[in-house]
Amino acid sequence: MKTEAKLLLGLGTFFGAMVTVYWFWGNENAGSVMMFAGMLLCFLPGSYYYWWSRRMKPRTEDNPQATQAEGAGVVLALVFGIWFLVPGLGLAVWALFGGTAEGRRGGTH
Amino acid sequence: MTDVLDPPVVVEHHDEHHEDHGPTGILKWITSTDHKVIGLSYTITSVIMMVIGGLFAEIIRAQLTTPNNSLVSLAQYNELFTMHGSVMIYLFIGPFAFGALANIIVPIQIGAPDMAFPRLNALSYWLYLTGSITMLSGFFVAGGAANFGWVAYAPLSNSINTPGAGADLWIGGLLLTGFSAIFTGVNLTATIFYLRAPGMTMFRMPIFTWNLLITAILILLAFPVLTAGLIMLYCDRHFGTHIFSVAGGGVPVLWQHIFWFWGHPEVYILALPIFGMVTEIIAVFSRKPVFGYKGMVFATITIGALSLGVWAHHMFTTGVVLLPFFSIMSLLIAVPTGIKMFNWIGTMWRGEVWFSTAMLMAIGFLITFLIGGITGIYLASPPLDFFTHDTYFVVAHFHSIVMALMMGAMGALYYWGPKITGYLLNETIGKIQFWLLFIGTQVFTLPMYVLGLRGMPRRIAIYPLHHSWQYLNDWASIGALMIGLSTVAFLVNIAYSWKKYPAGDNPWDGHTLEWFTTSPPPHHNFYRLPQIRSERPTWDYNHPGHTAAEHGHSAAHRDETPVEAPTS
Repeated sequence: MKTEAKLLLGLGTFFGAMVTVYWFWGNENAGSVMMFAGMLLCFLPGSYYYWWSRRMKPRTEDNPQATQAEGAGVVLALVFGIWFLVPGLGLAVWALFGGTAEGRRGGTH
Repeated sequence: MTDVLDPPVVVEHHDEHHEDHGPTGILKWITSTDHKVIGLSYTITSVIMMVIGGLFAEIIRAQLTTPNNSLVSLAQYNELFTMHGSVMIYLFIGPFAFGALANIIVPIQIGAPDMAFPRLNALSYWLYLTGSITMLSGFFVAGGAANFGWVAYAPLSNSINTPGAGADLWIGGLLLTGFSAIFTGVNLTATIFYLRAPGMTMFRMPIFTWNLLITAILILLAFPVLTAGLIMLYCDRHFGTHIFSVAGGGVPVLWQHIFWFWGHPEVYILALPIFGMVTEIIAVFSRKPVFGYKGMVFATITIGALSLGVWAHHMFTTGVVLLPFFSIMSLLIAVPTGIKMFNWIGTMWRGEVWFSTAMLMAIGFLITFLIGGITGIYLASPPLDFFTHDTYFVVAHFHSIVMALMMGAMGALYYWGPKITGYLLNETIGKIQFWLLFIGTQVFTLPMYVLGLRGMPRRIAIYPLHHSWQYLNDWASIGALMIGLSTVAFLVNIAYSWKKYPAGDNPWDGHTLEWFTTSPPPHHNFYRLPQIRSERPTWDYNHPGHTAAEHGHSAAHRDETPVEAPTS
């Protein structure tokens, strides 16, 4: 998630620099507004991803060593010892609850 | 630092799908949300649009073979060049670039079962199809199709100068395809951000997927601007607003700002996916990893970033734009594009190049794109642009670019076609097609550069008797005929090769995940996935003895690893 955030924030920063130069040099409204809006369009999802990436567990698709087996945490038990199964299974069950909640329509809370 | 590849571990995914429920036949196609079905529909529709736009081009070139020709009337000529440009840009190469192969290949390349929003994806396709029909139906209304050029400059496009339903159908069709593009952009971004397989980090994504991600972001930045502009234009035409008319206090050049703020990123929206296709083809047929993977990615990001700040180089001659800013920004784009050129050549360098049709098309793309790119550098310089603006030099420049994209697109159809259909195309007819297309393109564009320098303006149906203009126009028309014949060769090839040459799962010894699954891929794409430890997991799986170095590590060693002989 961090790479995605950096990509969008980087693009937004570049557009910000570009619109600053363009506005003070060219003093043209239409293009400045469009570039400014482009900057916001990058910052909005970019900063959300950044905020979220600092709070979430790294996803398997961001882990260079991830295996294809679902619930990579459980599989690590085969590598590091059976004791790893306890937190691993716990996380897997937690993720399972998350998965069901995601698929539910509407909310009760 | 993973110099040693993990033993190829394959995890079986049990196919939990029962495809036998729901509608069958044409209803199944209409209601399908499978990205492969939608992508194939996109591909077929956009190729039909290419044929329609190509027919317009042939009529245009036939009209220009002799001075004062009367094959078509002046009004018909205006409709023809307008609809030729519109069909080719809005309905063929754009949807082909980000809708057709992207739809099919991107989810498979990242190991995803489908796009993130399959229903939105279906909506995108149906908006595109209805938008295309809407725009083309202009030919069947009184007054004919839109005839203000594909750029619809104000005040020519207002209701006094261009009355009639054809222009409104053009605006409506473009609105629909614009929304289609926006939804596709959302879908691609979400798919690439959220549906990657475990281990498929951002910097292991194939270059094609990377380019589509940047393309999708550019779509989201640019297309809403066009949509807004079209709504303003429609309001000006019908609701009495004066946004683009001087009479009511509006600013005609605002349309050009809005149009080109979309229009120049659009060039990269068309080009970046084709860059990605060519990158994949060159790497696979040189039997090497992409040279300078990270450089390629950063070049793509840089092109995307710069493309938002160059739009007014289309407006140098309006006299109201900041010339040095747009000149500098435009010239800067040559740097990342040059990096890409360097890396493409670097990928072929000391590789075991297999000159299949796809590879020839990719090399044809490199040469033709270089010609178009270099002349683009001339046009980015205001003093030169003042002399060549609105002449055939500009026409030749962007036809070099788009014909290069066309070659890349054709190469991609030869490369990924077997994955999509399960059958290869005939290589001999493919090579005939390539040479017709490649030579035809040069015969078509090079005389137009000279015509432009000799002062022939764009968009004229007749020209005075002028020997040096006529023979150059004749050569251009011969080139256009060769390009048309190459398209005929392509269609003949499809008919000739129909279900004749079974491809197998991996006919080219491909690198990326789409070559790991079956041809055509099953519903939800994969029965199993390999471990992903580099940007070319299928190659790693098929060649377990080879080391998979991190980017930048022992690259020289990788170049010298023995390669297998081509299988044909």
